[in-house]
Amino acid sequence: MSDLLKIEGLRIALEGGGPEVVRGVDLAIREGETMCLVGESGSGKSLSALATMGLLPRNLEIRGGSIRLEGEEMLTASTRRMRALRATAMSMIFQEPMTALNPVARVGAQIDEVLKAHTDMDPGARRDRTLAMMDAVHLPDPERLFSSFPHQISGGQRQRIMIAMALILRPRLLIADEPTTALDVTTQKQILGLIRELREEQGTAVLFITHDMGVVAEIADDVTVLKLGEVMETQPVEQLLRRPRTEYARQLLASVPNAIPRPPRPATDASTVLAVQDLRKVYTSSTLFGRKRENTAAKDVTFDLKRGRTLGIVGESGSGKSTVARCIVRLIDPTSGSIRIAGSEIATLSQSAVKPHRRRVQIVFQDPMRSLNPRLEVGESIIEGPTNFGTPKAEAMERAKELLELVGLPRSAVDRFPHQFSGGQRQRIAIARALAMDPDLLVADEAVSALDVSVQAQVLELFAEIQKRLGVALLFITHDLRVAAQICDEVMVMQRGEVVEHGPAARVLAEPEHPYTQSLIEAAPGRHWDFAAFRPVAEAPAAAARGG
Amino acid sequence: MTDVAPSAPARPAAFGKTREIFLSSPVVTVASLLMLVIVLAAIFAPWLTPHDPTRLSPGERLKPPSDVFWLGTDAFGRDLFSRIVQGGRISLIIGVGAAVFATFAGLALGLVAGFIRSLDAIIMRIVDGLMAIPNILLAIAIVALSGASLWTVLVAITIPEIPRVVRLVRSVVLSAREEPYVEAAIAAGSSTWRILGRHLLPNTVAPLIVQGTYICASAILIEAILSFLGAGISPETPTWGNIMAEGRIYFQINPGIVLWPGLVVSIAILSINLVGDAVRDALDPRMAKRGIDR
Repeated sequence: MSDLLKIEGLRIALEGGGPEVVRGVDLAIREGETMCLVGESGSGKSLSALATMGLLPRNLEIRGGSIRLEGEEMLTASTRRMRALRATAMSMIFQEPMTALNPVARVGAQIDEVLKAHTDMDPGARRDRTLAMMDAVHLPDPERLFSSFPHQISGGQRQRIMIAMALILRPRLLIADEPTTALDVTTQKQILGLIRELREEQGTAVLFITHDMGVVAEIADDVTVLKLGEVMETQPVEQLLRRPRTEYARQLLASVPNAIPRPPRPATDASTVLAVQDLRKVYTSSTLFGRKRENTAAKDVTFDLKRGRTLGIVGESGSGKSTVARCIVRLIDPTSGSIRIAGSEIATLSQSAVKPHRRRVQIVFQDPMRSLNPRLEVGESIIEGPTNFGTPKAEAMERAKELLELVGLPRSAVDRFPHQFSGGQRQRIAIARALAMDPDLLVADEAVSALDVSVQAQVLELFAEIQKRLGVALLFITHDLRVAAQICDEVMVMQRGEVVEHGPAARVLAEPEHPYTQSLIEAAPGRHWDFAAFRPVAEAPAAAARGG
Repeated sequence: MTDVAPSAPARPAAFGKTREIFLSSPVVTVASLLMLVIVLAAIFAPWLTPHDPTRLSPGERLKPPSDVFWLGTDAFGRDLFSRIVQGGRISLIIGVGAAVFATFAGLALGLVAGFIRSLDAIIMRIVDGLMAIPNILLAIAIVALSGASLWTVLVAITIPEIPRVVRLVRSVVLSAREEPYVEAAIAAGSSTWRILGRHLLPNTVAPLIVQGTYICASAILIEAILSFLGAGISPETPTWGNIMAEGRIYFQINPGIVLWPGLVVSIAILSINLVGDAVRDALDPRMAKRGIDR
């Protein structure tokens, strides 16, 4: 088959003689093929795709190379020609379906606009075509959704609308830029299935950009691995997963967490650090006419956590896992129930009365870019807690330096500002800040979700190391079962505010009882591959699969 | 993950960037120079004025511009040029004073309203009430109630400017308080005042500097209007508004008495606003696209 899209020697740089961010990328996609573009942050995978669409941000310029779609050069095409090609010959779907749709236009009208711009069909025919396409992406009740606004439908449905818009004119090439990253795993599975199905029906070639090797294993025919703007290697998916040619691809695969639970640790009779009993959080909002609406974010949550142990709370968005974490740290006030930290009840204390207990519980947040005050030196951020509790500044600063060493950063980091560090380093600083209080309990709220896999693996290791050395209890909130499998002794699965399953990680992940847990595990992308071992799980020796 | 731009604000441009701001475009450079000239003229007024701006000389009434009286004289024979230079002092004191007082008062109220939920509703309703009254009417009412002096005029001009600052600061605080680093400070047991001063206040500095320049320009204009309407500082003190107010009767004989101070007011306000825009573009590129609503 001939190449549908051929990118050769593409170089993109910051405007005005800045450094190159894409450095000679070559890429070829055949008709009807799915090519996955994999890489970590800053690898240039999104930029290569945007250049193809002619949508590069203004502060970037193309230095050289060529991008040909069906033999036609894209880089020299006129604005008008590019506009005609978009949607008809190539189209793109984005990561965030909420911001990619116009919030003040009905979704039907937004799909219709594509037809209006590129065809001369009459309104009736356009409507029929739109409804047919909405049906093809398996949207329930297209007639009703046609006149809905984006905020009235779910995230998965919005992404289906985006796909309908992208594919309604049957383009030859679909560029999908992390289309499932913002979605829950169960929804992700459906969208991946849909893209696969439409590709087969319409014969569309797909350029699929992702950072997730699991997704690659699910959808790719061929894979191109990018690193810092350069192609590392291109191989058919099976070969790449089994025999990566470059060291970088090997490392990337080796850091992918698999869903095989870690070997269970012997039971402990250590003291209970955290005891949560019947925790409930209800959000009440009243409408204009005083009618109250209640939304139960967490319901009858009960669990214990012992010193030196790790409990994972797993669930999709809206499951209430973060609500539970924030109640325990008392960033929000629980509606009812009891939270005992090392024996003292904190659920019912007022915000000022809870202050003395704050040092026992510390939290690490998801987004390392926002969890440190950008205007404060790292040292100042770390010592803020201890100085609040009366530690002299000099002593606290000395301890901050020790903690930075503990998390693998130089002591001199105290004098620098957060923007001088990478995402992974900032997350280490956030961990050091939490540890500065000598907490009994460390709450990690999606603390590795925003990190690249290789960094994720290192930070997970750091958590385990810290726990071993300091004996702190860990409450690990995550949406990713594979991450939970790596670090947790026990796993608690939540769905719509309720705990549906709770038990030892090895049992819950290997032999889930509740249908929801089963569906979560079923939906985890790439669960049939043990990436770090470069083989499918099925080929693993039985003992290894059991984690023993 | 994918290449997401950090949503946290970048570190504010250091003040060492000043040079860059003033050379950012020829218009800004000219505006900055004009502003500098007006400020210097006001500061060194006693040495720059060729005549005593308050000395009456009935023999020299309503003279046209000449070697002796560069811009002519007014109805009492006072030198117009000297009066305009001297009048700049009052106008600038009012402008800068209103900007400083309104900014500080608004900052304090805005921080409290944004962070302490229980006081939010009370403060904001008062602020909304104030905003419903046009600035000039409110200023006239305050001057009428308390008698005209430099201080009362300054207070009368400052109060109507406070609500906008409160709203601005409150909106910055409301978005910043949701940042994880503020929650981390709460989890670290920091006191409310410490969180306000250390984590929230610095976020407001850049927009406040910009807002301050707009208030300064607006205050100069309102002072001129108050004086023109006879509700401002007493007529014997030269201010740009007073000079125009007195000159309007003799407009047909010597239009310069109204036109020259009018021109200076326009130039002063325009150049302050232009410099304010340039500072805004440098400190907060996101606001440049939308334009601040004033």
